[in-house]
Amino acid sequence: MSEHKASIRFYLGIFLTLLVLTGATAGVAYVDLGPLNPVIALGIATIKALLVALFFMHVYGTSERMTRVVIVSGLFFLMLLLGLSLADYATRAWS
Amino acid sequence: MHDSPITAEHNPALRHHFSDMAQQKNAASLGMWLFLVTEIMFFGGMFCAYLIYRLAFFNDFSAASRSLDIRLGATNTAVLIGSSLTVVLAVNAAQSGNRKRLVTYLLATIFLGCVFLGIKAVEYKQKFDEHHVPGPTFDFEGEKGAAEERPVVQGHAQLFFVLYFLMTGMHAIHMIIGVGLFSVLTLLAWKGHYTSSYYTPIENSGLYWHFVDIIWIYLFPLLYLINRHH
Repeated sequence: MSEHKASIRFYLGIFLTLLVLTGATAGVAYVDLGPLNPVIALGIATIKALLVALFFMHVYGTSERMTRVVIVSGLFFLMLLLGLSLADYATRAWS
Repeated sequence: MHDSPITAEHNPALRHHFSDMAQQKNAASLGMWLFLVTEIMFFGGMFCAYLIYRLAFFNDFSAASRSLDIRLGATNTAVLIGSSLTVVLAVNAAQSGNRKRLVTYLLATIFLGCVFLGIKAVEYKQKFDEHHVPGPTFDFEGEKGAAEERPVVQGHAQLFFVLYFLMTGMHAIHMIIGVGLFSVLTLLAWKGHYTSSYYTPIENSGLYWHFVDIIWIYLFPLLYLINRHH
């Protein structure tokens, strides 16, 4: 990975965004949105995780292609694990 | 065997099986990411178990989730995000070769990590006092006047707390390892081991810390925020 020095102000901006999103996810949990509640909660969590991964872990701007392949393959297998398991358990009409 | 130009001048941190610093850094970074992928799958198994049981016993899971202290959980989320900021600032300081700032941010990270673990300990203590810890003394009533559609099944609520303690416990163990890791880094940084051309351990430990942060970012809504609006 090459040098990717962002300014301290930039990091502070990401940090504040993460704090706002944390407040938002806690606040919106008290509003009844029906089936949308978990969707929004996980959506906000994913945005936060992306911010951390891209800008704090410097995935954004990495020059190393192998690193990207490793990260994407990790997420792929996680989706395989969760997706196929839930495709089974969530669709069992008899249980 | 006189000084050949190759062996005579190179960065003292360069291991001899790498051709240059950039290659050495890329290799270390790739290895770290490979390790993190195994960690994703390790936590992924627990997340998968959680999702399956949450789907099956949603009523009991939401009642049990509401017994968790959302203020402590949200505070801990903020503390952990703050520690991620100090980590990234530590890496930034290492890149500029500023030893004092590096040590300061590393110490700040350790401090915030300990604050997180302290708050977690308070939460665990509450759960022990309330008999919400799975085991022979487990007893979960659910809050009085709660708007649960069906009465809470003890066994199913217990399953929620098994997963709660398993997942937050594994996360806390990762935090403890992280605090230990950063203590060693602080000592070495203080002694001047890291320069602006060699700070790979700071960067890779930072990756680990951010990863543990991301796990918590998902644990917070999944464990604390089920059906809060009732």
